[in-house]
Amino acid sequence: MTDPSSKGAIDRLVGAGRLRPLELLPWAVAVGAYFLFDSYLALGSQILIMVLFALSLDLIVGYAGIVTLGHAAFFGVGAYAAGILARHGGWSEPISGLLISGAVAGAVGLASGFIVLRTTGLTLLMLTMATGAMLFELANKAGGITGGADGLQGIAIDPVLGLFRFDLWGRTTYLYSLAVVFLCWLFARRLVHSPFGRSLVGIRENVQRMHAIGSPVFRRMLTIYGISATMAGIAGALLTQTTQFAALKVLSFEMSGEILVMLILGGVGRLYGAFLGVPGFMIAQDAIAKTDPYNWFFWIGLMLVLVVLFVRGGILGICDTIIARIRRRP
Amino acid sequence: MNVLVSILFDGVAYAMILYVISVGLSVTLGLMGFANLAHGAFAMIGGYALTSLMNRWGVPFLPAVGATFAIVGLIGALLERAVYRRLYGAGELDQVMLTIGLVFMSMALVSFAYGPQPQPVRLPEWLTGQIDFLGRKFPTYRVFLIGSGGAIILGLWLGLERTRFGARVRAAVDNRRMAEAVGIDVDRLFTATFALGSGLAGAGGALGADILAPTPTYAIQHLVFFLIVVAVGGLGSLKGAFVAALLLGIIDNGGKYLFPELGAFFIYAAMMALLLWRPAGLFGRRA
Repeated sequence: MTDPSSKGAIDRLVGAGRLRPLELLPWAVAVGAYFLFDSYLALGSQILIMVLFALSLDLIVGYAGIVTLGHAAFFGVGAYAAGILARHGGWSEPISGLLISGAVAGAVGLASGFIVLRTTGLTLLMLTMATGAMLFELANKAGGITGGADGLQGIAIDPVLGLFRFDLWGRTTYLYSLAVVFLCWLFARRLVHSPFGRSLVGIRENVQRMHAIGSPVFRRMLTIYGISATMAGIAGALLTQTTQFAALKVLSFEMSGEILVMLILGGVGRLYGAFLGVPGFMIAQDAIAKTDPYNWFFWIGLMLVLVVLFVRGGILGICDTIIARIRRRP
Repeated sequence: MNVLVSILFDGVAYAMILYVISVGLSVTLGLMGFANLAHGAFAMIGGYALTSLMNRWGVPFLPAVGATFAIVGLIGALLERAVYRRLYGAGELDQVMLTIGLVFMSMALVSFAYGPQPQPVRLPEWLTGQIDFLGRKFPTYRVFLIGSGGAIILGLWLGLERTRFGARVRAAVDNRRMAEAVGIDVDRLFTATFALGSGLAGAGGALGADILAPTPTYAIQHLVFFLIVVAVGGLGSLKGAFVAALLLGIIDNGGKYLFPELGAFFIYAAMMALLLWRPAGLFGRRA
């Protein structure tokens, strides 16, 4: 006999994996945007790519509780891997290029995670930053391969599936990115609702207890770090393939910081924060930052401080509070 | 031989700045467990305060450094009271985001007030020459850095080991609850320590303004190095931070001098190897 309370908990856990209609909303919006805003498809593709990047970050920050300031390292490795494959390796088939770049980023993730994840707190933060800085330095100095500060240019990519050429209006780019992001989202969703995903939440909430019940904590953290790095690498490769260019910025600290900000503004550890935070941030940036990048930094900084002080949980957190208020008052 | 001496000498001068800036971070982290990524911003403000005081109001160098210490310390105390203390018990992510937000804001404000160019530092006449020592010439500015850094370290050490305030700080680092139980006002101690730490960062930024020029990206650009000093030294350890700053200063200088094509790569690799061996840092008590 299971007692009723634990049965309720099991039902809730299993039920969380079921797809709710609301979860399809972002995809409906993304498809709708393709038809409605077809002159903004370039920005739209960038947003989709950053959503994927933020999603990969959510897996480690939101679920496993690993706070990192160097996630751009894997995004950048993916971006440069795709670029180098096409430019120097003559490998211009996009889908396999994406997978290879993801695998390279994943390998870098596992190697660095092996060192970084042994530490906690500020040391871990510093090591993630140092990983990013190291790779930035490497890409900057190895100008013969990466193009250094000028970026990697002259990347040619074959049509997707041999059928869809990357057109001038960005239609193929948008739909290709959308398909890749959707598949990765399905995977991430499946992952966080699996027993493995639950054990990550356990590690985030109480490491000692997870050790005590015999969970292989380090291995679990390393696994998710590798998966997250792979996904970030795919996002980076997508950026290179669709813009046919890779710049040093993809490896920069600013990139790591910005993606974390986007995730926080949307809401962390909920899988959907990325879908709100990234478009909000990037559309505002597109409007404001063009005129004065430093002004933009001020507003972003102020927003972060206010979010942390007053509305923990970001946009999704606010939604939760409002819904809870409405429900309490019938 | 000459090369070795100048690497050591420049490295030690650089290490002094790194130490004076980072030591406050180490203490606040050990005391309050607060991951304050905005610590570099205090050093940056220090650099700007110094150049403003000297260039606009014609304050001489030494009084300007002293005033910078006071100004930045005051800013630190105000921020601690208004913002930081709300997040002492909060998760690491919230602390990181809050302090990154503060860094972004300080970058924007500084750039708004001074523009994106580095601020020129006009050292006083008596710091620009060279000093003869054992038949070798040493730049006076760096000798002064080593001397004043040494004096600050000595003062800190005496203050922490020999005064009542220092005893309270050490008690609170070791066991906060016990310290509260025996009647130490930990709340006020936090503010005082935070102010001292930020003031020192400001003074470090001011003293080192000729080596680390004040620019709007200062707080981010040098943050990794400040964090390395704290993490390699071990959180909350004054001695550890000093040893780490020395190692970092000398290795970084040597690396840049001997293998310029490697850049900062060497220092990161060395640091990772060291932390793989001792995750809690050289003198850290806990990971």
